[in-house]
Amino acid sequence: MKTIIHLQNVEKQFADQVVIPPFSLEIIGGEFLTLLGPSGCGKTTLLRMIAGFEQPSSGEIFLDGKPIKDVPAYKRDMNLVFQHYALFPHMSVEDNILFGLKMKKVPSAEQKRRLDEVLTLTHLTELRKRKPAQLSGGQQQRVAIARAVINNPKVLLLDEPLGALDYQLRKNLQLELKNLQKNLGITFIYVTHDQEEAMSMSDRIAVMNRGVIEQLGTPQEIYLRPSSLFVAKFIGENNIFSQENSHLAVRPEKIKVYKKDANPELHQKTGEIVDVVFLGSLQKVFIRLDGSEETIVLAHENSEATHAWQAGERVGIGWALQDEVKLP
Amino acid sequence: MGGSRRSLFSVYSWVVMIFLYLPIVILMLYSFNDSRINAVWTGFTWKWYLSLFENRQVMDALSNSLVIAITSSIIATALGTLAALALHRFSDKWKAVMNGLIYLPIIIPEVLMGLSLLVLFSQIGFPLGKLTMIAAHVTFGISFVVVIVSARLSGMGDELQEAAQDLGATPWQTFRHITLPVIAPGIVASLLLTFTMSLDDFIISFFVAGPNSTTLPLYIYGLVKRGVSPEVNALSTLMIAVTILLLLISEIFRRKGMAKESNSQLPI
Ligand SMILES: Nc1ncnc2c1ncn2[C@@H]1O[C@H](COP(=O)(O)OP(=O)(O)OP(=O)(O)O)[C@@H](O)[C@H]1O
Ligand SMILES: [Mg+2]
Repeated sequence: MKTIIHLQNVEKQFADQVVIPPFSLEIIGGEFLTLLGPSGCGKTTLLRMIAGFEQPSSGEIFLDGKPIKDVPAYKRDMNLVFQHYALFPHMSVEDNILFGLKMKKVPSAEQKRRLDEVLTLTHLTELRKRKPAQLSGGQQQRVAIARAVINNPKVLLLDEPLGALDYQLRKNLQLELKNLQKNLGITFIYVTHDQEEAMSMSDRIAVMNRGVIEQLGTPQEIYLRPSSLFVAKFIGENNIFSQENSHLAVRPEKIKVYKKDANPELHQKTGEIVDVVFLGSLQKVFIRLDGSEETIVLAHENSEATHAWQAGERVGIGWALQDEVKLP
Repeated sequence: MGGSRRSLFSVYSWVVMIFLYLPIVILMLYSFNDSRINAVWTGFTWKWYLSLFENRQVMDALSNSLVIAITSSIIATALGTLAALALHRFSDKWKAVMNGLIYLPIIIPEVLMGLSLLVLFSQIGFPLGKLTMIAAHVTFGISFVVVIVSARLSGMGDELQEAAQDLGATPWQTFRHITLPVIAPGIVASLLLTFTMSLDDFIISFFVAGPNSTTLPLYIYGLVKRGVSPEVNALSTLMIAVTILLLLISEIFRRKGMAKESNSQLPI
């Protein structure tokens, strides 16, 4: 467990506007770290500072313990996969992928060996002679990744690499990427605003909001033990109950719905069902609480449950004490 | 209703086309006329074209035109490309100012440009001739080169260059392997365009030409003062043909570059 990248009080301003207030983060060698946050929270800016395309206004970045603030991008031992791939339009797939090795004047026998290896890894062998314009989005994506990993970088930075792809393709490539990372042992810093993607791929997730890390932890920690209201609301569906000067968060799957007169001792709140949405294996039950017009509680109920819930029905809801999360 | 309106428009555009091109077409027709007098058609002939190639003065003018056009287009394209690359790095505020200054020569009347160059050359006592012609043609060519190459540069965006650097390319390697090939169609288009403009230019050349630097347009003008002969028609027809051909090729290159650019992101 060795730190490979260390951001120390890194700050970024664009023309007096603070985009990232002093920011510190240690990234462990070999891990899959995801930066997750809403649009405009500074994910790309952070990645571009690590890659060397943006100078921090202050603070220092260390790669393997060495400060790299003054090292130009082309000398940093890491690669960035751009959101829009940025493939070179005048070069074939093969030449795109070999570009890094050619620039570093790697012997051609080794170039060839690594090319074949990477082409196999990314299933691009058949497409090697094509130009980028003749590839589908998913294929271009794989070229962008192949072009980066062939250099054996210490760190691979990926800026929403799957953002432009359709759902099915995204699911497949998520798996491929995760396997690639495991097999190559490269550190991945992965940017996304898709929380499902972050959950399924990451070792650790840094949830960002307005240039600040709200919470850093494993997907389980982030989901089960959100440390702030923002994280609780941003990750997954959640029910937030306001109390005097704090909040309670309970996941919909932890909420139990009871008929009005069954087990009254387990009812923590009562209300009326406003809507039921059938989603196959589960149904979402929306309940308006008594005494507050706008509080709608969402519960996930098993579709095979004996009782079919109806809109308009009066119900009680409850949850186990260990399933509630207290938030400031 | 819509149909009749459309046909009205198409009649209108045909009228405009005829208005624009009729004189040129007539000129071309008479270059094949057997008669020395323009007004009557007596039969088809190539003889005016043949006599052109036997005419010493025409050949001299042609060679002057070519020397000046080739040299000035190469210099203008090189300087203009460098200027566009430099401009690309300016911050937005200064870019606007510099762009304005660079576009200015395109808008100001050629007479003024020719006159100011003539004044300049005589002030510094530089003898008029091929060199002053080349300098003048470079001057008006640069602006067009900057416009074309800048468009290519901003069309290509910063991402490709960043991607190259990210893969370990030094600034020079990035320029050599990425920027240059991507803007190459624009450079070729610029070369052809400035070549054509130099070949065709009359007004500015008229001011700064000296002995031994008579180009084809100047020569034609000289001939016309003595009456329009079929040779003039033939020579003009050739120049028009060459000009159109060059402009077409230039346009093809410019478009080719554009198409490449827009396709690169699109899945097919
Ligand atoms: N070059 C720039 N000049 C000025 N402001 C900038 C610049 N680049 C980014 N910003 C601002 O910095 C903030 C963060 O931008 P950034 O691109 O890092 O967001 P992001 O988290 O990547 O968002 P998204 O998910 O939409 O890609 C935004 O408010 C943006 O307007
Ligand atoms: Mg971004």
